[in-house]
Formats: sequence, structure tokens, C-alpha cells
Amino acid sequence: MSTKHTLSVLVENSPGVLARVSSLFSRRGYNIDSLAVGPTEDPKTSRMTIVIDVEGHALEQVIAQLDKLINVISITQLDPVTSVQRELLLVKVATTPENRSQVLETVQLFRAKVVDVAQDAVTIEATGNADKIAALLRVLEPYGIKELVQSGLVAMERGLRLSEKYN
Amino acid sequence: MSKEEMTGAQALVKSLELAGVDVMFGIPGGAILPAYDPIFDSKIRHILVRHEQGAGHAATGYAQATGRVGVCIATSGPGATNLVTPLADAQMDSVPIVAITGQVSSAAIGTDAFQEADIRGITMPVTKHNFLVTNPKDIPRAIAEAFYIAESGRPGAVLVDIAKDALQLNTTFEYPTSIKLAGYNPVMHPTDSSLRDAAALIAQSTSPVLYVGGGVIKANAYKELLELAELSGAPVVTTLMALGSFPDSHPQHLGMPGMHGTVAAVTALQKSDLLITLGARFDDRVTGKLSTFAPHAKIIHADIDPAEIGKNRKVDVALLGDLKNTIKGLLPELKSAFKKSKPDLTGWWKTVNEWRTQYPLGFDEPDDGSLSPQYVIQRLGQIAGPDAIYCAGVGQHQMWSSQFINYEKPRTWLNSGGLGTMGYAVPAAMGAKVGAPDKVVWAIDGDGCFQMTNQELVTCALNNIPIKVAIINNESLGMVRQWQTLFYNERYSNTELHSKRIPDFAKLGEAMGCVGLRAERKEDVDRVINEAMAINDRPVVIDFSVHRDAMVWPMVSAGASNDLITVARSLAPVWDSQEL
Repeated sequence: MSTKHTLSVLVENSPGVLARVSSLFSRRGYNIDSLAVGPTEDPKTSRMTIVIDVEGHALEQVIAQLDKLINVISITQLDPVTSVQRELLLVKVATTPENRSQVLETVQLFRAKVVDVAQDAVTIEATGNADKIAALLRVLEPYGIKELVQSGLVAMERGLRLSEKYN
Repeated sequence: MSKEEMTGAQALVKSLELAGVDVMFGIPGGAILPAYDPIFDSKIRHILVRHEQGAGHAATGYAQATGRVGVCIATSGPGATNLVTPLADAQMDSVPIVAITGQVSSAAIGTDAFQEADIRGITMPVTKHNFLVTNPKDIPRAIAEAFYIAESGRPGAVLVDIAKDALQLNTTFEYPTSIKLAGYNPVMHPTDSSLRDAAALIAQSTSPVLYVGGGVIKANAYKELLELAELSGAPVVTTLMALGSFPDSHPQHLGMPGMHGTVAAVTALQKSDLLITLGARFDDRVTGKLSTFAPHAKIIHADIDPAEIGKNRKVDVALLGDLKNTIKGLLPELKSAFKKSKPDLTGWWKTVNEWRTQYPLGFDEPDDGSLSPQYVIQRLGQIAGPDAIYCAGVGQHQMWSSQFINYEKPRTWLNSGGLGTMGYAVPAAMGAKVGAPDKVVWAIDGDGCFQMTNQELVTCALNNIPIKVAIINNESLGMVRQWQTLFYNERYSNTELHSKRIPDFAKLGEAMGCVGLRAERKEDVDRVINEAMAINDRPVVIDFSVHRDAMVWPMVSAGASNDLITVARSLAPVWDSQEL
């Protein structure tokens, strides 16, 4: 069973809240895989998507300790099946005039985008879940990856399915 | 409330008055100075301490003795960092205190300005919550929220850091009439079904133990505890933080569990089939090696903090809520469960009583005629009685004070349990005496601890705070020395303090405006204690020169199983055949 868990944490949009969360994780020895934070539909709140690597019992502790922070409003554990999970990747791949078209073909296959082209490289933007991003990188690697940057995972619960809605 | 124009500093003091503060402990300095001008006119008593650490522990002592929020105040930078230890101490022991600190002006924050320290960042891990206020209009709300957070739910330490310009600028004063925090809603009442489940477990148990922690005192739930104990008939153990929540003299009381607990208390937990845990947290000093702790016991865990439930030990029934409500809710459920079946605890009590009679607490008098520290502490407790407040430092003297004084009432035993802060006793006793001026307050301190914070005796002498200090002077860092004796081949690396006469504690006390006394022989003990009891216009310091090799027993070595408790050096209890 995977020990990766995705928590969607609604927090007050106040200074220091990111420090409170990250300091809690560090002092209690919890491993953060990734953390993404940004505004929500309500300017008074922000949402953090935190991916942690813990065993079952420890997960309950993480949630309970996180919930003790006064600025944390609510915590939802997101199931990969019932949520949409996305990462953003920017990757600069070395290209030559000979292989550039092959790289562009790969970009299309993965429904990624070329956002910059230079003499010796193209920069590609891709979004997707962790598996897709990993697969794209595997394919691009042989060409030579010059630079890579990746966002933390952001995730959201799916809306009610039609069948659930009319039940 | 009418809206009034005033400075941020005036708004701060007015907010503190509205929060019900009657006393605060502090030291002024540059950044907090604007606040000290309105403090000069306020009805709040400000006690000028000699070190900010003293202010913090005094606030803690005040809070522990009274149940109200203790308040300390300091300036930016070093003033604020000196509060870090008392904040961590109060937070670990769930004591409600609010610290106010001045901060450099908002424009200077982040520039490494003179006396700048990021005290909000520094204290994040050691407070329940903290605030940085840079706008004067936010001061009343921050203060109101700070007090609400400090005293509600699981109490704790809260810091409010206020930039100097926020204190100086004008604002329209508006104190919040109600407080609602989106992310903070302590659960006060356990569910009916959890109470029923707990009652059902108790009704099935044939060897239950009430494992009582400091939460019972925080929740003022001692009457309810007494009723639950007598209804269930179960043995009661009270942790270091819970001493006084249940009368030591009660026949069901087995004493304190843990590293230096009684054999009966430690062993009852080990052999029990059900721990009814009330406001305790399965601390390592109680459980010993966690994997071997109470191996046969089911666990009922009542606590107001959801993060404590299941943190160290898996529970069978969780009772989440305020302990007073919890026990009140449990009593009728238990009565109806007992109507169906009430277990017979006769066999369990027979076994427990054998441990009690076979391994009572005790000590040997030294052969060389020198003074036994346990005897001094025992006599102190007998002479000052159960109405006095006893406030200990950390180490051997703390453990002997927990063992050889009888605590009959809550809030009569104050100590630093979680953080183990040496130097806690004198300033905490000062705070306790300020909060409970009609009580006799004894600080029982070690010679090591005393040398960390004794400067507050000057504060006591000048502010009519007549505490009494018993220094259990064994000329060493006694508990550390005990570990060196037991685990480091008697290699006494840096534990000898040579404090027989340097400093001369009696003279040091005199120099600080106290009465200084000394006892070196058994026959001196009662006389000096009675002499101290008769002095009420000044603090008293007694230097009890005691035998240095005395050790604290029983003992479970750190990290060892509680099954390996020793009652004296290399002497484990002999379990008879009736062992469960």
C-alpha cells in the first residue's frame, strides 16, 4: 500500500501560516513530499496541497497536529480516485536540427506544450498527474535535459458525478 | 462599548484590564516602553522582576495556583528571547499564560535593527499560538484572542508581539464582544456513544486503574474524579502533574506512576486490564519502554486534545471533551452499566495491597549522622500541612517532594513536569504567592536550581511577596550525579557544585532582603521550619545541608520497561506467586 497521502488544507490567509505548517512538519519529523500553496475563491483563505509520506497511524497524528494550528481551518484527505491531481512541469530539452521534430512529436503525444524554442533547446510545459509527468520525463531524458523545474502537486475533489447527484 | 480615541499602548493596557488581568510580571525596555506609560496609571499591578525568565515562570506559577491566565511582559530582542524557556515550559505543562513583547517599529522589522529578534518565528514551536501586531487597531482583538486561546480547550502559552509604532500611533478603541476563530473550536462534550462504550468497558474490567493526569486539575474536575473513583472502586494513580487532584490520604490512592513512582502505582498499571486515562498523555517518564507498557490493558483515553488520543498508545475508547463534562457524563452511564453487572475487584485489591504493604516509599537515614534530604522534605510537608502550596525545581528534590509530601488538595503542588526546567521554583513560587497571598508558599529547590533564578528573591523582598525557600543543598547536580553513580561508574563529570558555603545561601538570602537560616543536623530541622513559618513580612531562605549520596528510589531506568522497576540499587521487587 502506498504511504503517499494528499492533504488539502484550508488555512487563513495570514502572515506566517506557511512557516507554522512547515515548522510543525519539521519538528515532528514528518516527511513532506511536496507542498503547494495559493489563493482560493475567498481572499481570506489560502489552500495548501500537501503530499506526505507516512504510514497509516502516523497519518492520523499528522492530521490531528495540523488541525491544532489555530490558522488551519479544515483538512481533507484526497483520494486519488475521487480527486483531480495535477503537477506542472517546465523542462528544457537539448535538441539538434535532426531530432527536434521527434521531440515535438513527443510533446504532442503527451498533450504538452512548447513554450520556448532556442537554437539548441526547446522548453516544454506539461501538466498532469505524477505518472504522466514521470513518463514524459523518461521519454525526453535521452535527448538531454538541460534544466527542469516542477511544481508541487495541486489537487481538488471531483464534483458530484451525475449518478450521485440524481440519486 | 463607546469608541474612544487612544494610543495603541493605551489600547493594550485597556484590553488587558478588560481581559481581567490583575497582575503582570515584567521588565520594560526600548520597544515596549510606550506601553509602560499607561501601565503607570493602570489598576493592574505590575511587578518589576529581575530577569524576564522570572517573569515568565511567575506568570506560570500564578496560573497554576489560581487557574487564571498568567501574564508577563518584556521588550524586544533579548527581553523576548529570555521568555522562550518559560513559554516552552508553560506550553509543555498546558498552563495558560500570555506573554506581551515589544517589537521594533514595523518599518525596521527584518533589517536586523537594534534589539530585533523574530520572536514570533522563534516561539512558533513552543506556543499554542502567537501574534505579530503592526497596526494599533488590531491590538484589542489580538489580546482578546490571546486570552481566549490560552485558557480554552487544552490551555497553553500565547505570545503577542507588538511593534513599537503600533503602540505609539492613535487608534479608535474597540474591544471585541465575541470571539470566533474559524480554525479553533475545542470539542467540549464527548459523544453519548463513546461514554456508553467506556462505561461498558469499566463494567467488564476486573483489574482497572484510574490513570489521572494534570488535565483533571486544568478542568477543575476533582470532585467528579472523587465520585468516579468511589463509584468504580478502582485504584487511582496520579501523575506528577496531577498530584493533589485526588487526596493522597484516600485509601484508593496508590501514589505516582512513572520513573520514580511507587511500586504499587507502576505495577498496577503494568498488570491492569483497563486504564481509565483522564487528562494524561502517556509520557515516556510514565510509560517507560512504550512497547512493554501495560501490555494487557485496554485503554479508555479522555482528553480535550484530539492529537493526544492515540499519539503514544492506541486506544479502545476515546472520550474527546472537557474532563469535567466527560466525568459528569460517564457517571450515570456507569451507574446503569453497574446495575447490569458490577465486577468484583476484591482479588485485584488484594494483589495491589500486597504491593503497597511490601514496597512502601521509604528512605534510609545516612550512617554518618548527616541530614537526610527526604527527612527534611517530609518534615516540611508535615509542618506546613496540606493547605500550603509547594513549588519544586527539577531533580532529586522535586521527586522527593512528590513522594514525601502528602497532597490533599488541587493546586497545592506546582512543578515543571514536561520541560523539566531547572530554576522554575523561586519565580513560580513568587507568582503563586501573588495569586494566592493568603497561602503559605514554599519553594523547595536544589542548590543547582536555586543558582539559576534566585535573583527573583529581590523582587519578592521589595514587593511584599513573602515566599519561603527550602534549599536541599547536596552540593551537586544531584539527579545527574545519581545517573553518574548508576550508569557512568561513579565518574562525576561536572556535577559537583561545591556549594556548601560558596555561595553561602543563608547570607545570599540576607543580602537579597530575606531572612537566611541554615540546618545541618536532624535536630535543627523542625526549629528552622517553624521559624520560617512564623515569618510573614519577608521571604525566608533556608539552606538545608544534606547528605550528598542520597538517591531517589524506586526507579525505572530511562528507556527500560516498567517491569524492571528497582526499589533500591540492584534491588528489584520479588514478585510472589499471586502475580497476575
